[in-house]
Amino acid sequence: MTDSKYFTTNKKGEIFELKAELNNEKKEKRKEAVKKVIAAMTVGKDVSSLFPDVVNCMQTDNLELKKLVYLYLMNYAKSQPDMAIMAVNSFVKDCEDPNPLIRALAVRTMGCIRVDKITEYLCEPLRKCLKDEDPYVRKTAAVCVAKLHDINAQMVEDQGFLDSLRDLIADSNPMVVANAVAALSEISESHPNSNLLDLNPQNINKLLTALNECTEWGQIFILDCLSNYNPKDEREAQSICERVTPRLSHANSAVVLSAVKVLMKFLELLPKELDYYNTLLKKLSPPLVTLLSGEPEVQYVALRNINLIVQKRPEILKQEIKVFFVKYNDPIYVKLEKLDIMIRLASQANIAQVLAELKEYATEVDVDFVRKAVRAIGRCAIKVEQSAERCVSTLLDLIQTKVNYVVQEAIVVIRDIFRKYPNKYESIIATLCENLDSLDEPDARAAMIWIGQVPRSAQTIHSLGGVLFQVQLTLLTAIVKLFLKKPSETQELVQQVLSLATQDSDNPDLRDRGYIYWRLLSTDPVTAKEVVLSEKPLISEETDLIEPTLLDELICHIGSLASVYHKPPNAFVEGSHGIHRKHLPIQHGSIDTGESPVSAGPVVPIEQAQSVIPSQGDLLGDLLNLDLGPPVNVPQVSSMQMGAVDLLGGGLDSLVYLFSQVWLPAVKAKGLEISGTFSRRQGQMYMDMTFTNKALQHMTDFAIQFNKNSFGVIPTTPLPIHTPLMPSQSIEVSLPLNTIGPVMKMDPLNNLQVAVKNNIDVFYFSGLIPLNIFFVEDGKMERQVFLATWKDIPNENELQYQIKECHLNADTVSGKLQNDNIYTIAKRNVEGQDMLYQSLKLTNGIWILAELRIQPGNPNYTLSLKCRAPEVTQYVYQVYYSVLKN
Amino acid sequence: MIGGLFIYNHKGEVLISRVYRDDIGRNAVDAFRVNVIHARQQVRSPVTNIARTSFFHVKRSNIWLAAVTKQNVNAAMVFEFLYKMCDVMAAYFGKVSEENIKNNFVLIYELLDEILDFGYPQNSETGALKTFITQQGIKGQTKEEQSQITSQVTGQIGWRREGIKYRRNELFLDVLESVNLLMSPQGQVLSAHVSGRVVMKSYLSGMPECKFGMNDKIVIDKAGKGGVTDEVGKSDLGGGGSTSGKQSIAIDDCTFNQCVRLSKFDSERSISFIPPDGEYELMRYRTTKDIILPFRVIPLVREVGRTKLEVKVVIKSNFKPSLLAQKIEVRIPTPLNTSGVQVICMKGKAKYKASENAIVWKIKRMAGMKESQISAEIELLPTNDKKKWARPPISMNFEVPFAPSGLKVRYLKVFESKLNYSDHDVVKWVRYIGRSGIYETRC
Repeated sequence: MTDSKYFTTNKKGEIFELKAELNNEKKEKRKEAVKKVIAAMTVGKDVSSLFPDVVNCMQTDNLELKKLVYLYLMNYAKSQPDMAIMAVNSFVKDCEDPNPLIRALAVRTMGCIRVDKITEYLCEPLRKCLKDEDPYVRKTAAVCVAKLHDINAQMVEDQGFLDSLRDLIADSNPMVVANAVAALSEISESHPNSNLLDLNPQNINKLLTALNECTEWGQIFILDCLSNYNPKDEREAQSICERVTPRLSHANSAVVLSAVKVLMKFLELLPKELDYYNTLLKKLSPPLVTLLSGEPEVQYVALRNINLIVQKRPEILKQEIKVFFVKYNDPIYVKLEKLDIMIRLASQANIAQVLAELKEYATEVDVDFVRKAVRAIGRCAIKVEQSAERCVSTLLDLIQTKVNYVVQEAIVVIRDIFRKYPNKYESIIATLCENLDSLDEPDARAAMIWIGQVPRSAQTIHSLGGVLFQVQLTLLTAIVKLFLKKPSETQELVQQVLSLATQDSDNPDLRDRGYIYWRLLSTDPVTAKEVVLSEKPLISEETDLIEPTLLDELICHIGSLASVYHKPPNAFVEGSHGIHRKHLPIQHGSIDTGESPVSAGPVVPIEQAQSVIPSQGDLLGDLLNLDLGPPVNVPQVSSMQMGAVDLLGGGLDSLVYLFSQVWLPAVKAKGLEISGTFSRRQGQMYMDMTFTNKALQHMTDFAIQFNKNSFGVIPTTPLPIHTPLMPSQSIEVSLPLNTIGPVMKMDPLNNLQVAVKNNIDVFYFSGLIPLNIFFVEDGKMERQVFLATWKDIPNENELQYQIKECHLNADTVSGKLQNDNIYTIAKRNVEGQDMLYQSLKLTNGIWILAELRIQPGNPNYTLSLKCRAPEVTQYVYQVYYSVLKN
Repeated sequence: MIGGLFIYNHKGEVLISRVYRDDIGRNAVDAFRVNVIHARQQVRSPVTNIARTSFFHVKRSNIWLAAVTKQNVNAAMVFEFLYKMCDVMAAYFGKVSEENIKNNFVLIYELLDEILDFGYPQNSETGALKTFITQQGIKGQTKEEQSQITSQVTGQIGWRREGIKYRRNELFLDVLESVNLLMSPQGQVLSAHVSGRVVMKSYLSGMPECKFGMNDKIVIDKAGKGGVTDEVGKSDLGGGGSTSGKQSIAIDDCTFNQCVRLSKFDSERSISFIPPDGEYELMRYRTTKDIILPFRVIPLVREVGRTKLEVKVVIKSNFKPSLLAQKIEVRIPTPLNTSGVQVICMKGKAKYKASENAIVWKIKRMAGMKESQISAEIELLPTNDKKKWARPPISMNFEVPFAPSGLKVRYLKVFESKLNYSDHDVVKWVRYIGRSGIYETRC
């Protein structure tokens, strides 16, 4: 029997003919006619006018014919709602059929008839089918609930179908369970907060049991659903992981990837010390490698996911770089992805092999691939310093091939190498210059000019008008640079270029830059030199890193389209689906530390801290014997100078945000009261104190000494009180501080124990130093460095805090924080939320990276802090809190 | 989930179009044709996003299969489903070709209705499908037959039906390996791995419980420690012909047919299953350690001036002299501007194939521990193309009667408690075939 003939009817009056055939008395003829109709429908012809005639054929006991009619119905019911009603009876009748295959067929089809009027008639049959004795009917009915929900969500809820669906999770048949899970997952996506799936340990257990028994597709539905579950503790997480790991040996790559997703998510909850944690990490690598022996399309999906996994947990695949070596016959999309992962995995240990491979790739045919391979060599040089020399010589070899695009790409990457390792490889410039004439791409020409070789011929200069804008800009800068270095030789040139740029160019950017240079050069050549020849910011090792929050979100979507596009679902999905964002689970330990500072208040009260002071004689004992003079090797600053600084600083009082506190009450110190604050002004730390004499005798011979502390804070000068302090008199002093003293870790970290001596006695007190006085002015990290560092710091060092009831917008926030040397590096808007990425550096060189999430309309900000020394983050949070709340 | 599924011929004409979701319109069919099939440049990704609609495609000869969606679907699942779809079609009507698809379009619609519901893949085991999608109607079935069908389609053992009977219980095991190699011109192994498959044909009565054992290092080491000797069946199933005397092999990773109980493998590393009837792939595995490379290729390419190349290639076979390799083919790429080639080879036949830009050297048979050589002079047309010839690697094809990974089948036990036949009554056959995968030597 060949059906292809149905495709070939092409006559005029075809519809009319078909109509006649559909009403033929012979069953066989009618069946033939319906086949022709379906064939016409497939190729896109409109056969909707035959609706009544086709529906007439529905009442038949021939299953094949019935299926064809149903197929027609699904396509055209929507355009002929009134006539579609005619079909209802047939569905209702079929749902009662003794044959389960027919019952299922009816329930499957009726869900696809998207006509409102019909759906109400279908509720009763569906209800019956959900409780059918045959599992085949039940599994079909489960999906039908999702179909109905798509048409009329309210009705599905009102009719209680969601409850019936939930009951099916406990069904004895694994396939029914799997379909119920799939349907519920889909429905719950449009109600993110409804907790429809009700994932509790009992249900999870049922799912895990069904996982062992259902079809490969069912396993995928169940694993995808499991990945949305948040286990209550690490033990539960581990036991789920143990039951999911066998899936890693499944032949279906989607089962494997979904299992990987569950494991990657739950790994977050397992403590690193645990043996199981490392066992699990080891188990993840072989199945990921095996995915690469699949069909190319699956390889592509796997590679896109591996790219994410390698960024999140590089340890999993760091030994496996060889499997990412490109095969000659790989499709281009597989080649490009493999190359990406190779760069990420390149390290000192494997760099020789990687370079040999990359050099090989640079001779292949596909231009994009070759370019990427050349770029990769440059990345290797920047990433693995030891290999830089070899990379440069490889690049030089490639330049010798004279293949135009290879040469150009090589020159662009050599520029980056120059930036990373200045004054090291300049000897090769001459070789580069030989290829000057063959450069026809703006990037390469710009790079060449950047490298510092200005084409000096007048002809080139005149072509300034002709070449691309990007080249013009770089050329302009390069010529100004050259002028600043060798003014005598190039004066004429620079004038010529500047007048060209400012007068003849019609590009506003170029003109502006020209004017700026011109004015800079004519008013203040020294400053011009500083500006134009300033240090270049460092170039970072990693490129194309995905931002950490996005990466975490994408890890939650392993295996899905989001992980292929490397975009969050809402970037490509319309409507209500996928709006709900997914997050990696957070280890419960860090939630505790995250919440407690909020309840405890931003600053621990001073009284509490005072109790930390050890009893006189043990820890502070040696203070007594110390010479209370100024530390040697510290330059003496006279109090006159101090005063001047103070005056200057006075205008910047916004920096002093902590109100003065009483550190030493008079009753404890024989009448001496000391109150004060810490502050940072113009890059200098101060302890501002008020000494008040509440006793009846005058006080003299003041001196001050600090105990060893966490940041090595010591006074730079002796206490500048030179006159006796008369009874009921106060004096204000500003004691400059520096951090070159001995370091000892204190608890709390910012505790400072102080001894003050006068003619009466020695007194001790302690105060908490607000951490912001240690925030140095050069705490702004480069964007790329930030990304790399954020990734580099292990996740367990990340702590989250809430700042409640704050009503500032993102710009005010960054402005306020900048006053305290907390710098905003980037601001990003993710679905209406503002994400601020910030960095700050402590005097002892510790970097702290922050991500501040501000949702419009929500006064509670979320602050994530990442630092190699996580113990400081709590104090940084306190700074954020007090800055933003005041 | 999958919103629609289209099949096109090479011209981009729609052969099958089935829409499952309301968000996929008729214009999606055309969007894919215009943007992918008729696209000017080469396909750069198997996933294409056109106007917020994602298209997944695979190609089988000149047929395009495309799945469409507007949601964040499980991408790996969509591709796996498309492959499965091809398998199912092939099982019903043979090669997936335009003609076969047109001839069976009603059947295909029926299958699509069954295996994909609202875009969710359902049971797609051909064994189960063939019991009720027959193109014959289902009038004649009794109630028992019907419930047997539904319980098989939804059941735990969806891949096998009850009540299978054979007069002679027999099974065939094929260990099929493809050995992959990338070697540097200096003879250094850059990467090598074996990807193997164990394909089984079983003609067994009832619902037999099977247990498969091989010389997996982990199992052997464990058995050695525990003092358990599990040598049953070794005498009749062992064999192969590798030159190495090693007892066990390290398997990097393996995946199994869905009939294998994965949790049991995970905990005990034993492979137990109830087999499907007929032919199926039991497992796939990958090894990278101690691979026997059956051939070594030693290339020598010399450029004599701008218009001549001299190529000499030596191949050496590296296995027992008593074994014979077959279907040996060495493919030596030639530059695009080749004008003429002279070849001399000691063994087999060699020919320059201009259309393939290669010299193809074929040898029917070659015993182990032998060596053969080919030399060729390639005349080149002078060109002004600055780019040097990329020198693609020399590739090789062959077939050898042993498993290059060293894998050996130790036993395959069959238990069927209800029927009266025992493991000894089953006739078992084992065969090892090693083929070349991507076996390349750079020159």
